[in-house]
Amino acid sequence: MLELPKAMVDQVIAHARRDHPDECCGVIAGKDGQATRLFEMDNADRSPTGFTFDSQQWLQVYRDIDDADEDQLVVYHSHTATEAYPSRTDVLWSRTTEFQHWLLVSTRVAEDEVRSFVITDGEVLEEDLRIT
Amino acid sequence: MSIEVRIPTILRNYTGGEKAVEAKGDTLQGLIDDLDSRHAGIKGRLITSEGALHRFVNVYVNDEDVRFLGSLEAPLKDGDSVTVLPAVAGG
Repeated sequence: MLELPKAMVDQVIAHARRDHPDECCGVIAGKDGQATRLFEMDNADRSPTGFTFDSQQWLQVYRDIDDADEDQLVVYHSHTATEAYPSRTDVLWSRTTEFQHWLLVSTRVAEDEVRSFVITDGEVLEEDLRIT
Repeated sequence: MSIEVRIPTILRNYTGGEKAVEAKGDTLQGLIDDLDSRHAGIKGRLITSEGALHRFVNVYVNDEDVRFLGSLEAPLKDGDSVTVLPAVAGG
């Protein structure tokens, strides 16, 4: 289960809508499983089919989270033409990142679609997203 | 000659849990070879079987991405700081 404040979920959706038709991406830091801060990241790919964190920005954000003794709670990104479900590429990359949750938002239709997943050793498990 | 190498959580199983280790080398390639001699197996997580820097990691020398510094040929000197991070991407 992932619990997020409504303001953060709203920010993720707004970011996704703003960057559409390209994918957006970002990080939510946390402490003891509770979300603390959201970082909107630059998608270095600027692509409708993929994202890569800008490497220089990622160094700063990683340090910021590490120095504050927080965790890499959530990596979020959007799919702009498909459903909010991890792609094969997402599953591949999940093996080498340290995030606990993958939050996906789809901007393919006007209606908001946000879903959360835990990906362990290549296995995708959807979880409850509780918006508080 | 000593260079501090900061290791991300996901690779600390190679360094006995250490966040930062010391290594030496005139280039990033040399540094990674030296690192692997003390922390066996870590090289395979940083360099592909074809001998290129792995796309799953970002490596920085003094906070600059080595892809802009010559990648594995990036020169190093005493006192430099190398940081390894997991790259983050998806589709």
